[in-house]
Formats: sequence, C-alpha cells, structure tokens
Amino acid sequence: MVADRSPAVTLDAVGKVFAGKAVPALDDLSAVIEPGQFVAVIGKSGAGKTTLLRCLSRAALVTRGAIRFDQTDLARLRGAALRAHRTRVGMIYQQFNLVRRLSVVDNVLIGRLGRLRGWARWAALAHHFDRHQREIAFRCLDHVGLLDRVWQRTDTLSGGEQQRVAIAKILAQEPTVVLADEPVASLDLSNGRLVMQTLRRVASAVGITVIATLHHVELARSYADRILGLKGGRLVFDGSPSQLTDAALFEIFGEFEAEPAGRGHGERLGELAAS
Amino acid sequence: MSTAFTSIHAGPAPPVPARPSAVGRTMLATVALAVVFGLAARVVELRPIELFRDIGNIGVFLRGYLHPSFGNVGEYAWQCVVTLCIALWGTVLALLVSVPLGLLGARNLSPHPLVYFAARRLMDVLRAVNEFVFALMFVTAVGLGPFAGMLALGIHTGGVLGKLLSETIESVDPGQVEGVAAVGAGRLQVIAFGVVPQVLPNFLSYVLLRLESDIRSASVIGMVGGGGIGFYLWDTIRSFKDGEAATVILLIVAMVMCIDVVSARVRRAAI
Repeated sequence: MVADRSPAVTLDAVGKVFAGKAVPALDDLSAVIEPGQFVAVIGKSGAGKTTLLRCLSRAALVTRGAIRFDQTDLARLRGAALRAHRTRVGMIYQQFNLVRRLSVVDNVLIGRLGRLRGWARWAALAHHFDRHQREIAFRCLDHVGLLDRVWQRTDTLSGGEQQRVAIAKILAQEPTVVLADEPVASLDLSNGRLVMQTLRRVASAVGITVIATLHHVELARSYADRILGLKGGRLVFDGSPSQLTDAALFEIFGEFEAEPAGRGHGERLGELAAS
Repeated sequence: MSTAFTSIHAGPAPPVPARPSAVGRTMLATVALAVVFGLAARVVELRPIELFRDIGNIGVFLRGYLHPSFGNVGEYAWQCVVTLCIALWGTVLALLVSVPLGLLGARNLSPHPLVYFAARRLMDVLRAVNEFVFALMFVTAVGLGPFAGMLALGIHTGGVLGKLLSETIESVDPGQVEGVAAVGAGRLQVIAFGVVPQVLPNFLSYVLLRLESDIRSASVIGMVGGGGIGFYLWDTIRSFKDGEAATVILLIVAMVMCIDVVSARVRRAAI
C-alpha cells in the first residue's frame, strides 16, 4: 500500500464564529502541517479542538481565513469535488462510528466505497464486493491484528477493537490525511495506548499525515511529532513534545478550577478527615 | 451506629431553592381533558344503561349462529385462501410503494425540503383514505375481484409502512451514517451501508405486523367487491343465512388465529 503523497495542510489565519455566538470558536489560527507529520491538538474542552477538525474535514466551513490542502482551498469544494476530498481524508471518531450491525469486514469494505468505479459501485449497493476489494479488506484487518474477527458483527467487539477496525477501514480507504477526533477518549488507558500505537505505526508505515485531538497530554507527548495547544480558539502552543514544558501546559490548560463547594461542607469534610 | 457519612447526613438542612410548581398546569389539563371527553360522550350518544336493558336482543340475534351449517365449507375455505393471497400480494405492493416514499419522506435523507413535504403529504393521503374507499375506486377500474382488493390494500398499507419507515430512518444513529459518508460514499451508498442495516430489523417487524392486519382487512374487503371471504360474510349476513354466516365467521377467526401464531414465530426467527 503506497499512499498518494500527503498534502501540506495550511491553516491561514483561520477563524470560525458560529451563528448567534459572540465569542469565536477559532480565532486567527495559523500553522503549516508538513506531509507525514503526526500532530496532536491539545486543549481544554471547548478550546476549539473539535471545531478545528470539523473544519479540516469540511464538515464545517471557516468564517475567516482559509484552510488549504496543498493549493486547494477547502471552502471551494462542492459536490463531486467535496466527495473526492472526503475520500482523501480518513476520519477516526471518539465513538468509532462503525455500522454496528454489519460484520467487521463490511465496515472495512465501507472504506473502499469512495474508490469504486463503474459497475462495482452498483454491485456495492447490494453489499457485493469483488475478490480484489475483499482481499484488500482482509489485508487491512490483518495489519491491525483483527483478522480472526473478520466475520463477527461489529457491535460484539470491545471498544478498543472497534477503534482498530476503524483504523483498518482507513487503511482500506487510502486517504492522504487522517483526522482523529478524540480517538481514545472512550477507551481505557491500556486500550487507548494500543490504539495510539496502531495509529502511529500505520501512519509511519504509509507516511501519511495524522492530526489527532487528544485531551490526554501524556498520549500526545508519547506519540506525536508535533503538538498544537489551543486555548479559547487561539493557538497558544506549537512545538515538539520536548518543548511542552510545565509552563507551556499551564498556558494551555490554566489553573484547575476549584470544586464548587456547598455551604459549610468544607468544615464538615474537614471534621471527616479528622475523625 | 455513627458512620463517617453521619457528618454529611446530619446537621441543619441547606437552603433549597424553591421547587417550581406545576399545580396550575395539571389542573388546567385535567379540566380541558374532562371537557373534551364529556363533549365526545354526548356526540357518540353514550348510553350504557340501554346496553344492559336490551342485552337480551343480542342473545336472540346470536341464537341463529349457534348452529353453523357446513354445506358450503369447501367454497368458504377456498375464499379464505384467496383472502390470504390478497393480503400477501397487497403487502408486496405496499413495500414497492413505501420504500421510495419512506426514503424521500425522511428528513435526514430527503434531497430537498419540498420533496420531503410532497412525500409526507402523499403518505398522509394514502393513510387517510380507508382501504375500502380505495377498493371501491379500483373496482371501477379493474372490475370486481381479488385484484381490486389487493391494489386497495397495497396502496393504503404503502402509506402506513412509508410513514413508519421514514420515522424509523429519522431515528437512526447519525454517527454511523457519518462514518459511511466520511469515506466519500455517494448518497445511495450511504443509504445501503449506513441506513439500511440500522432500520432493517424494525422495518421487518412493522411489515409483518401490517401483513397480519392486512389479512384481517382482506377478510372483509370482499364486502365492497374486493374478492375473498368478505363477499360471503356480507352476503350470508344480509340474507339472514345465520348458519352459513356462522361458518364464515368461524373460518375467519381460525385463519386470523393461525396467522397470529405463524407471524409471531416468523418475527422471532427473523429478528
């Protein structure tokens, strides 16, 4: 599997204001993501991580500036060109977004849908794929170590396994950029690490760009080449994991907010601790 | 015994914000419902006392039915088979009508709000017009007989199933649909992979339920010339052949019971 070369992803003074909101969700964001980089986007809830990813996948449009994949401005994409863009962008979701009642292999084959031409497009409507397509799906599943689950219904798999099926689906899709929105947020830590490892390994093997939002700083540190820190929709950190110092983390995440305590609970819990 | 939790549970109660009162609204709703049902009772001439006073008349009527006559039972049984066939093909026609209408009438799939609106209103019409009215219409078009009955059932049930389908489609998990659309799949591909697997079990169960109820409808649609056992039901009752009518009713009851058992089995096996 040799991917087409990943594009350089350019964020050019990107801003996004949702209708009816005064505060922008994204504000004057600029960065150039080189082909093949593994980028982690970190920040608090509401910092604009998901909005940024939705703009990159063209699920949402920016309201200021522009996002370009190489020279192509995403705002210009319509109809067939937009579908072609989606084929080149692989999505990984927090909730996996696999079709739960379909078999594992069918979900991987869904990754091929945008690649089919001619008669095969029509045959696929009856869930029929030719041997070549099926063999691609088997190899992709093998690559993430889930070939033994190939005929199982997807909702019988654990969360970690489902996310790895989603990675196999991406491999079948042959995108040039992978966008992962909190890929491990609904997994336990060890499954999360396994998924990140798989994602990192396949990204390096194929040489494609990955942009992942993560709220777990340690995971970002261990797997990313580059970390973008968002705060209130602004880019407040852009550097390598080694540059992500405590001071930088404080800048991104700020102080912990105090727990809202009820009247007098402080003292009573104090008594509790004393007794 | 005092546990560590006592220090939380005991002590003065904290000042709780006032609970919003719903008394006024509940009373208003009660009065409104009482008025509506009271007026409706006048309209339907609800007179329960008369039912009990004249209950003996029903007995007189039923006495004629205590002795079913089995002279024509072969013909009646055959008409029951005809009735089943009307319902089966009526349901097939209903599928052909309901699938396109249901897809176009689901807000999350419809290509345009106007198409959505048109599909919804068309389904309303098909549902609002009773299958008997459709039967009268088709009898004038294709003549008396089972074909008219099948067309009438299929068209009406198509509207019912179409609405159920569109509402099932509107309640699918959008995440699973997005996961298919995100690979650059076309509209039909998104439906085949993202929507169909999600709606299939529910829709199948609706189709089986409607098949059951279509068999019940088909057993009376012969009254208006739509073929099947209904013709004999109407004919024997109208000409006071009580024994014959009793046989027909017995056959219909037996058929509906059998169908309920079979369809419950099928539904359990299929879903």
